[in-house]
Amino acid sequence: MLLFGANFISNIGEEVAMVLFGIGFANLLFQKNLIKKIIGLNIMDSSVYLFLAEKGYIEGRLAPIVVNGIQDVNTYINPIPSGLVLTGIVVSVSVTALMLSLTVRLYRRYHTLDLDEISARLKKEGL
Amino acid sequence: MAFVQNVPFFSIILSMFSGIVSSVLPEKQAKWLNTAVITLVGAMSAWLLSYLLEVGGSFTFMMGHFPAPWGNEIRAGALEALMALIFSIIMLLSLLGGRKKLKDEVEITKHNIYYILTDLLLSSLLALIYTNDLFTAYVFVEINTISACGLIMIRQNGRTIEAAVRYMIMSLLGSGLLLMGICMLYDLTGHLLMSNIKESVQQIMAEGSYRVPMLITIGLITVGLSIKSALFPFHAWLPDAYGYSTVSSAAMLSSLVSKGYIFLLIKIFYRVIGIDIIRNSNILNVLFVFGLCAMIFGSVSAIWENDIRRMISFSSVAQIGYIYMGFGLGTEAGMVASVFHILMHAATKSMLFISAIGLTDVSNGSRHFAELTGSGYRNKIAGIGFTVGSLSMVGIPCFAGFVSKILFAQAAVANNAPVKIFPTVIVLAISTILNAVYFLKTVIRIYVPEDPAFEKQQGYLFFQISRQKLYGLTIICFIALNLVLGMMSQPIVHIIEIGLQNFS
Repeated sequence: MLLFGANFISNIGEEVAMVLFGIGFANLLFQKNLIKKIIGLNIMDSSVYLFLAEKGYIEGRLAPIVVNGIQDVNTYINPIPSGLVLTGIVVSVSVTALMLSLTVRLYRRYHTLDLDEISARLKKEGL
Repeated sequence: MAFVQNVPFFSIILSMFSGIVSSVLPEKQAKWLNTAVITLVGAMSAWLLSYLLEVGGSFTFMMGHFPAPWGNEIRAGALEALMALIFSIIMLLSLLGGRKKLKDEVEITKHNIYYILTDLLLSSLLALIYTNDLFTAYVFVEINTISACGLIMIRQNGRTIEAAVRYMIMSLLGSGLLLMGICMLYDLTGHLLMSNIKESVQQIMAEGSYRVPMLITIGLITVGLSIKSALFPFHAWLPDAYGYSTVSSAAMLSSLVSKGYIFLLIKIFYRVIGIDIIRNSNILNVLFVFGLCAMIFGSVSAIWENDIRRMISFSSVAQIGYIYMGFGLGTEAGMVASVFHILMHAATKSMLFISAIGLTDVSNGSRHFAELTGSGYRNKIAGIGFTVGSLSMVGIPCFAGFVSKILFAQAAVANNAPVKIFPTVIVLAISTILNAVYFLKTVIRIYVPEDPAFEKQQGYLFFQISRQKLYGLTIICFIALNLVLGMMSQPIVHIIEIGLQNFS
């Protein structure tokens, strides 16, 4: 039990990331409002980046930028998770932009953000 | 290094750059560039396939100037080359078959955007097939999703935009899970290249440490990719997305996009985690159950459907179920059957979509069964194409569907887990009967003669081969491809077996 407690405190960042992932996932899946869905998407993606950043950080080391000519590996943190976070941010920005533009299109057509209501109206239109 | 080993890299980069260049080209040149690039990729893949069959084995190709554990890699074997070849043939035929229709469906100013999206789709599919790096795979999964979303919504009406939103939401849930899984796998193993991860995973499993995180990781990745490829409970977006987008988009989405994700999943099973560890975890049993549900549920929904395009879309749900059922059998034979089914379904489903548009065009654009009566006489070539596709889906000998069904049945009977034999064979039989019900119902419907006076009164057009040579030629090529897969299946199955052996 003591061990569990110690692990719990030292991995607090990862746990927060997992909880946020769950919140974001549930929002993206269950919210009816499109904007809230997109907010859920962003929470979900950010939680993954938090998880990566937390995993890549090593206590007491520097950011991986060579200063003063020190090239010892043990001076710096692992740069790859940071690189992955950057790539991930690019992906999630583009996906968010696409979702927002689709939302604008739907709003202009149907004047509502509720996806279920839009579906109901489409059925009535019966294309 | 032989020159032919550059082919995977060339095909990815060529299709990507043609997309970029197309953005400043006029519509006509974008169209020709797109056709030329897809043809070239197909030809190069055929060359690569013949080289790999001659030499045997596989090779890795270093990207950039950093060697293995740090840099990025491409890997190619016989199976990858076969996939790239068949995918590019099907993409070319889908585009040719829908070319005339595209003028009615999409505004002329947006045509070059359409070709940019298809170029990007091709490059991301090729990258998913060839990449040896998990994070690169994730990035290309997203590119694939975005271009597929563009292909759905390029036809502007409320239905397609709503379908695109639903598609994006489901896809993003899937890719969120996939990304989380990849990050956890990276944290457990410290690598991103597939072969390095596999070594570490084997070490971790042998030591017995981190067993639970590893299982969670496997679960996240598998569930993520199966959501993206529309396995049964996650298929709600599929009928709208395939049913209302332009016909070429529907053909490409159903036959290629979901298959790209499934192929990535196969690669992860074999090359990242190791198939033995996957078989010992229970994830394959979960896929088996959902696959069986999809086979029944997809077919039942298709029978209820009164709209020909939505019916074909629901049939896709059932076919994806077959593929996952093959994974679930947990044997080499089941996997071979699944991979063959991927090829068969890609070839047949795109033919069905392209033929269906021919049939609806001669019925004043109506897609309901009542109006399709006699359309097989009004457009003979599309009628023949639809019939061949239906017979193949039902599993009549000579056509591709028969081979994959017999492979599934053999794999089920030879299975060493007796619990799975009866459910598989029974569900396979029921699903075949249900397939026959809805496909043959449609075939009979299009060949019931309609009263000529009524046809004249409705103003139905008659298809003239002289005015749509390209469409007729496409259908003939599709039929030929289906017959090749059906009658010369032995060498193809052999290539799949070699490829899967190279994987592990």
